Amino acid sequence: MAEIVIDLDKCNGCGMCSRSCPYQAIEMEDKKARWLEDRCTLCGACLESCKFEALTGQMPVRPVPDFSAYRDVWVFVEQTNGIVHRSGLELLGCARTLADDLDQQVVAVVFGDKVSQHATDLIHYGADRCVVVEDPSLAYYQTCSYTHALAVIVERNQPAILLIAATHLGRDLAPRLARRMGLGLTADCTRLSIDPEERILLQTRPAFGGNIMATIVTRFSRPQTATVRPGIMKALEPDPSRTGRIDAEHLDMAECREFTKVLECVMQEEKGIKLPSAKIIVAGGRPVCSERGMSILSEFAEAVGGQVACTRVVVEEGYLPPEHQVGQTGQTVRPEVYFACGISGAIQHKAGMDGSRYIVAINKDPDAPIFGIADFAIVGDLFEVLPALTREVSGQ
Amino acid sequence: MNIVVLVKQVPNTSEVRIDPKSGNLIREGVESIMNPEDRHALEAALQVKDRSDARITSLSMGPPQAIDVICEALAMGVDRGILLSDKLFAGADTWATSTALGRAIQRIGDYDLILAGRQAVDGDTAQIGPQVAEFLGIPQLTYVQSLEVREGLVVAERVIEEACERIEAPMPVLVTVLASLNEPRYPTVNGILDATADWSEIEVWNAYDIGAKAPDLGLSGSLTQVIRTFTPKEARDTQYLEGAPASVASQLVERLRQKEIRLGE
Ligand SMILES: Cc1cc2nc3c(=O)[nH]c(=O)nc-3n(C[C@H](O)[C@H](O)[C@H](O)COP(=O)(O)OP(=O)(O)OC[C@H]3O[C@@H](n4cnc5c(N)ncnc54)[C@H](O)[C@@H]3O)c2cc1C
Ligand SMILES: Nc1ncnc2c1ncn2[C@@H]1O[C@H](COP(=O)(O)O)[C@@H](O)[C@H]1O
Repeated sequence: MAEIVIDLDKCNGCGMCSRSCPYQAIEMEDKKARWLEDRCTLCGACLESCKFEALTGQMPVRPVPDFSAYRDVWVFVEQTNGIVHRSGLELLGCARTLADDLDQQVVAVVFGDKVSQHATDLIHYGADRCVVVEDPSLAYYQTCSYTHALAVIVERNQPAILLIAATHLGRDLAPRLARRMGLGLTADCTRLSIDPEERILLQTRPAFGGNIMATIVTRFSRPQTATVRPGIMKALEPDPSRTGRIDAEHLDMAECREFTKVLECVMQEEKGIKLPSAKIIVAGGRPVCSERGMSILSEFAEAVGGQVACTRVVVEEGYLPPEHQVGQTGQTVRPEVYFACGISGAIQHKAGMDGSRYIVAINKDPDAPIFGIADFAIVGDLFEVLPALTREVSGQ
Repeated sequence: MNIVVLVKQVPNTSEVRIDPKSGNLIREGVESIMNPEDRHALEAALQVKDRSDARITSLSMGPPQAIDVICEALAMGVDRGILLSDKLFAGADTWATSTALGRAIQRIGDYDLILAGRQAVDGDTAQIGPQVAEFLGIPQLTYVQSLEVREGLVVAERVIEEACERIEAPMPVLVTVLASLNEPRYPTVNGILDATADWSEIEVWNAYDIGAKAPDLGLSGSLTQVIRTFTPKEARDTQYLEGAPASVASQLVERLRQKEIRLGE
């Protein structure tokens, strides 16, 4: 433990240190300074205040522990009702690149009641090994049971990196796990890579509503843990020739007390729209807010076999339901082609679509920010351009 | 019943702009506000108080000016305001923040319900709620859009992927709320007057007050570090298509075909 040492010969009782201390942890007694250890927070303010070098102290320096025993890139694969969530496959694709850079393995871990049938699929999607934990209490996600199970598995296996999808489930589980195990945690990453020199995980994520990107590292704990925004990373094409080890691990779930009781779970009715997996998206902004605008947009979408999406303005105006909204507070999409029709390109909108393979922007304002991220820019009136495109496409 | 509401002061992110030259955030002139979802957390607490005997404490960690959000909470009708403020708290990641907030809640003691926003608009982490709950060893209910407080327990509706879950948890419990939970009330004139009069009575706690030491707090107590910030790069090679609509249309279809994309086939 650090301590503050006061050299009483050098101390002339000026009281500067006592006044500099925000916590009243230095008292003046008989014209000499006296350190009150239990009030001290080790902030170091007093050391700088003394002009006579009467105070010395060593603040504890935090060593970077030796993490060489931690290996491999682990992916927590989420399932509901026995169906693997797409985000898990995306994470495996991303983990593959990281593991190859580190010359280590990708390990998929999946929890549930009966889930071992997925193990081979996960290997086809990029895992070298799949850890399956089956227990009736893991059939349905509950915070305490899943945290307990994942903490035990991580403790046993000591991964270097742990990736969890930033879904509702992942963002409920990951912070709980991180706090329990003393792990640094980066939320909702959109880019991950390995620092070539330090060989640590560079975790990049948007902050301030997407106005700025921050790259974050975890130097003081392992595994380096991050949640990753769904829809950003690319799943690999499944390769049926890939093989790997499948391990069943057993846990004593009786050690864990589940506080909560799920009374019911209502699946929301199929909306029939699946923007995150759409190949072509035709998105409209403010100017399509009219009956004519909507029909021009949907005729074009139909002609190109695309899904209709929109900005927040269109949802607020009541022309499309919220599940069509793309952006920070809507869906994240990455289609082959994204048609942005009459969309200004606000940062909150771009946050949901700038991972699209090709972006076509149609806007009558040549300075619209959307052109900054477009591959193909058409400066013009969408009420003329879209019908012309519909004719061109259907006339083929 | 004792309720603690976690409130955070954040910059109004819809006003944040980037300096095109330096790539830095321009924070001057950007108004500081209470994190929007935290007002819904306060409203949820006040609704409990409207119906039953409850005492509400609002707690915030931040620089001295974050006292504004505590005043706002008092004006809305909470009973007690505590600001955690100390240079040692600066630069905290969610690990160090949850340590400080968790210790402060332990010092408040005797809590039944802790309410927080789902996420703060500056960091968007949504980690503080669960991390404080784990620090305290109590259950958590996140993404809550409807909340019923009964004797010794809460029943909540949580929004989860493609579903909605009704779930029950015993108190003490921590709940993080969505904006769809309720419509926050406005501070009343009397509330504002009372809050201004009580201003000097807002308690400001430092590291010593929560029994914490420098190595556990702020930047030096954090497990993650930001090593770089930058503005999102917009590296696309934009091709402008010009001409009459029909010509633009055929150019686009052709260019996309060159990229192996066949529209409408
Ligand atoms: C916290 C927060 C979260 C948000 N989340 C989202 C989100 O998830 N998704 C989202 O989309 N927005 C979101 N927004 C809103 C966002 O900031 C913008 O206000 C919104 O995206 C603008 O929508 P728009 O482009 O349709 O409208 P506008 O900005 O009004 O742009 C309309 C564009 O259409 C062009 N135009 C007009 N007429 C024509 C015509 N005839 N032909 C061609 N072009 C034409 C104009 O030149 C203009 O560029 C969020 C905002 C905040 C503060
Ligand atoms: N510094 C803070 N002081 C008080 N409450 C906070 C603080 N940071 C976060 N919170 C609470 O935790 C919620 C989630 O914040 P975050 O995890 O930062 O996205 C917020 O809506 C607040 O209720």
